[in-house]
Amino acid sequence: MEQPGILVELGLVVVALGILSRVALRLGLPTIPLYLGAGLAFGHGGIVPLVTTEGFIAIGAEIGLVLLLFTLGLRYSAGELIGTLKAQRAAAVVNAALNFSPGFVAGYLLERDLGAALVLGGVTYVSSSGIVAKLLSDLGRVGNRETPAVLGVLVVEDLTLAFFLPLVAAVLAGGAGGASAFVTALGAMVLVGAVLALAVKVEVGISRLVFSHSDEALLLTLLGLAVLLAGLAELVGLSGAVAALLAGIVLSGPAAEGAEALLAPLRDLFAALFFAFIGLSVNPADLVPVAGLALGLAALGAATKIATGWFAAARAGVGIAGRVRAGAVLVARGEFSLAIAGLAVTLGTDPRLEALAVAYVFILALAGPLLALAAEPAGQALAARLGTRGA
Amino acid sequence: MARGEVKEVKLPGVGVRFEFETDDGKAVGVVCHTSGRREIYVASGKDPDEFERVLGLGGDDARVLAELLGASRVSEQLAELHQRIEGLTIDWLPVRYDSPYAGHTIGEARIRSRTGVSVVAIVRGEQAEPAPGPDSTMLPGDYLVVVGTGRGVEKVVELLHRG
Repeated sequence: MEQPGILVELGLVVVALGILSRVALRLGLPTIPLYLGAGLAFGHGGIVPLVTTEGFIAIGAEIGLVLLLFTLGLRYSAGELIGTLKAQRAAAVVNAALNFSPGFVAGYLLERDLGAALVLGGVTYVSSSGIVAKLLSDLGRVGNRETPAVLGVLVVEDLTLAFFLPLVAAVLAGGAGGASAFVTALGAMVLVGAVLALAVKVEVGISRLVFSHSDEALLLTLLGLAVLLAGLAELVGLSGAVAALLAGIVLSGPAAEGAEALLAPLRDLFAALFFAFIGLSVNPADLVPVAGLALGLAALGAATKIATGWFAAARAGVGIAGRVRAGAVLVARGEFSLAIAGLAVTLGTDPRLEALAVAYVFILALAGPLLALAAEPAGQALAARLGTRGA
Repeated sequence: MARGEVKEVKLPGVGVRFEFETDDGKAVGVVCHTSGRREIYVASGKDPDEFERVLGLGGDDARVLAELLGASRVSEQLAELHQRIEGLTIDWLPVRYDSPYAGHTIGEARIRSRTGVSVVAIVRGEQAEPAPGPDSTMLPGDYLVVVGTGRGVEKVVELLHRG
């Protein structure tokens, strides 16, 4: 082997991530901020810079992003997505208006650039499906009345992502809002819509075709298809992440049922590399100047998500305490904010923007679970103070 | 929510959530995961929207529980069957301990000739004796599955009861 140290270094990185995951488990925290922190420590300007494995981790990170979106897509069928979108229209509009705007405005003021504004808007808009879903089950809220509204908000965000990512990719690739970028974006979004419409029609058919009773055959086919489609999409200048998400949605059915359990270990490994990679690509020194702005945006982002959850839960006829719980559990930002920021990295924007996104996610991935926990007594107290009006 | 009404909400990515109110006014939630897992929740006292998980069931556990709870539902549904087929009544009649024909054969009770109703099976515990002949014995605790006209079945009920 040309680089005998590569396995040692890679092994050390994965062991380090494994230890962090144990720490997170012990403390009851999500792993994302810890992986980000590890990436910062190993990256350029960090405590122990990596020498040989960065190339491998970069590829692992790409696979991680593809798997994150693919497994997300597998969980939803196209019909379910569109049904939820119809039911949650009002909450979706409120969510977008409240949570996209702060990032969009801050991004524009910071860089004077539409691409940067879109990226930062996306970062502040999307909650972390991974963290929120884990919080709901860890805090025993799956059976609560506000939970369908919370999941509805997440689903609509994920669907929005399918249209949003190609738009960002096109705008970033085409420079500052050229006409060709606009055409590419429109084309990509029409394509996404067509794939979804097709998926509703043939729902189970394609899934049957891919399905196999052998775990091994199913695993290899699914993983191969997801990576291949993502790669093909990138070859023609579309977002690979969105291709993976769409592939997951189209495949929902018999093939998807066993797939999540099969792909989960792989996803966990490569997603950990993805979060570490995002940390790696940021120089810790760049974080210092954006810290204040990140804190401000995070505080605003927490408030706007609480308002969104409050609104969505109220529409579902849930009382005061439940509305507070629904809002606080949505605060956490994570993998998809980083996915959007990661898109900006690969297309080469200002490193300041990425540092800001990383700091923002770091703060809210840590604060989200704490707020969700605090919402329980806070919601009860607020409900008591406001009387039985909401109950 | 009206009593006995089951409310159904999709939990995208998780499964389906059902909710109903029991006779004594407790709200019960059942979450059916797409994986086949079931969870039973009961509304907590403080907040009507907050539900506490009381039981988690794997696919097989859920079936066992459903069978235990549903045993009486099955006979209720069988009893309702006669309304579905015009002119034909299928019923499920107990042979009571105090019945004059308990321990006697179908031939001795002369069910067919007196009522025009056919006994198509005798159900004894887990076992069923399909198409019993005139010398099949009806034991106390058995169920007779009978087919005939509505009036005929009523006559069988009378006959089993009084002789």
